[in-house]
Amino acid sequence: MTQLENEIRDIKLEVLSMWNLVESQLRKTRSAILNFDRDLAREVVLKEKRVNAFELKLDRDCENIFALYCPVAVDLRFLLAVLKINNNLERIGDIAEGIAKYIIEALSDFDHDSFMGTDLLKMFDDAISIVADTRLAFEKEDTILARSIFKRDEVLDRINANAINKLADCIRADTGIVNDALYVLSIIRKLERVGDQSKNMAEEVIFFVEAKVLKHAEGNPANE
Amino acid sequence: MESTIVKSINYNAYFGDNHVVKDVNMDIPRNHVIAVMGPSGCGKTTFLRGINRMHELIPGATAKGQIMLNNEDVMEMHPIFVRLKIGMVFQRPNPFPNLSIYDNVIAGYKLNGIKLPKAEKDRIVEHSLTRVALWKEVKDSLTKKGSFLSGGQQQRLCIARAVAMEPEVLLFDEPTSALDPISTSTVEELFHELKKNYTLIIVTHNMQQAARVSDRTAFFYMGELVEYDITKNMFTNPKDTRTQNYITGRFS
Repeated sequence: MTQLENEIRDIKLEVLSMWNLVESQLRKTRSAILNFDRDLAREVVLKEKRVNAFELKLDRDCENIFALYCPVAVDLRFLLAVLKINNNLERIGDIAEGIAKYIIEALSDFDHDSFMGTDLLKMFDDAISIVADTRLAFEKEDTILARSIFKRDEVLDRINANAINKLADCIRADTGIVNDALYVLSIIRKLERVGDQSKNMAEEVIFFVEAKVLKHAEGNPANE
Repeated sequence: MESTIVKSINYNAYFGDNHVVKDVNMDIPRNHVIAVMGPSGCGKTTFLRGINRMHELIPGATAKGQIMLNNEDVMEMHPIFVRLKIGMVFQRPNPFPNLSIYDNVIAGYKLNGIKLPKAEKDRIVEHSLTRVALWKEVKDSLTKKGSFLSGGQQQRLCIARAVAMEPEVLLFDEPTSALDPISTSTVEELFHELKKNYTLIIVTHNMQQAARVSDRTAFFYMGELVEYDITKNMFTNPKDTRTQNYITGRFS
C-alpha cells in the first residue's frame, strides 16, 4: 500500500466516524421529540461541536493530502467528493441541532395529533434510514444503492408538500395548537433538507466511483 | 480545426530482437504540447527518438511502420532534413562548452555548413534567445561561453539552439529532470509560449509536469501505447486501469 492509499483509507474512516456521529445526532433528536426529552435535546446541541470539529479536521486533512501528494484520477475524485460530503454532513448536524433547539425552546410538549397527523415520525425514520444507506453506499462504493437514494428523497419531498394542508386542518380543529404546529412545520422543512443533503452525498459517491457528474442533471438522475 | 503534424502509423522499434515499441498509432496535432509518460523501459524515449530518426543511429536498432511529418514519411526524407524540421532537446543541458552563447545558438547552421551574413546571424540569435526568454539575461554577454550560464539558462540556450533552425516540431527528452524547481518552472512557462509556433513532444517522468504543461498525454507501458487522451481527462478519469494505477502510484 502506498502512503497516499494509507492517507485515503484514514480519510475514509474519518468520514465514516463523522457520518455515524451525525446519524446518532438524528436518532437522538427523534427520540427527544417523541419523549419530549429536553436533556437529550441539550446533549444533541452540545455534541454538535464534535460534528464541527470533524468538519474542520477533514478539511485540513484533505488540504494536506492535496498539498503533499497531488492526487489524481480516482484519488482526486474521492477527495473532492469527501470535501463536499463533509459539508453536507455538517449541515445535517446543524439540522439535528436546530430541531433539538426547538424542543428546548418550546414551552410545552408538542400536541400529539399535530405531529402524528403529518407523518413527522415516519419522515424522521425515513431521513435517518436514507442517511444510513448513503453512508453504506459510500463505504461499499455501491452506486446502485447511491442511485436508490434519489427516489427515496422524493418521499420526504411529498410528506413536506402535504404537511401544510394537514397542519392547517389541525389548526382549524384546534386553534390552541398554532405554536406547536409551527414548530412541527419547521421540523418537517428541516427534515426535507436532510433528504436533499443525502441526495447530494449520493451524487458525490457516484462521482468518485464512476466519474459521472449528476448534479443539475435533467430528468431523473437515478437513470444516468 | 486542428491539423495533424506528426502521425505515427503502426510504428515498431527494436534493439536487435528486443521489441521495445509495439504498433504505436498516434496523431499529434499542430501547436499542441504532448506529454509522453510511462515507467522506465516502457519505450517512450525510443518512440521519441524514432520521430526524428535518432533511433536508427544506435547499432542494431531497427524500426517498422511509419512516422509521418506533414503527411510525408520521415523514412523517405534525408535524415538531416528530418532533424532540421524536428529539433531535439535532451535531459542534461548540453551547450557546446567551447563555443560562446552566440555561436551556440547558430551552431546548427555552422555544423551544416550554412553560411549566413552577419546581420542575419544577429537576427537569428536575438530572435531565438527572445523566444526562449533568455535574451534579456544574456544580451550583454553573448561572447561568453555557454557553460558560464546556470543549468536552467543552459537548457534554455539548448532550446534556443533548436529553435534557431526554425523547426516545426520540438522533441524534449526529460528536459527538466536535471534542473532545480525554479528553472523547471521557467522552462515549463516557456513551453506555453513555444507552442504558439511549434509542436512540442515531451517525454517526462514527472506526472505533475505532464499535467501542468501538456494538452494531451500518452501513456506507454511495456512498449504499448496504452492510452492517449486530452490531459485533463487522463488525470481525472483515465479509461485504462493500467493508466490509473500508474498515475495514482499503485503500479507494482
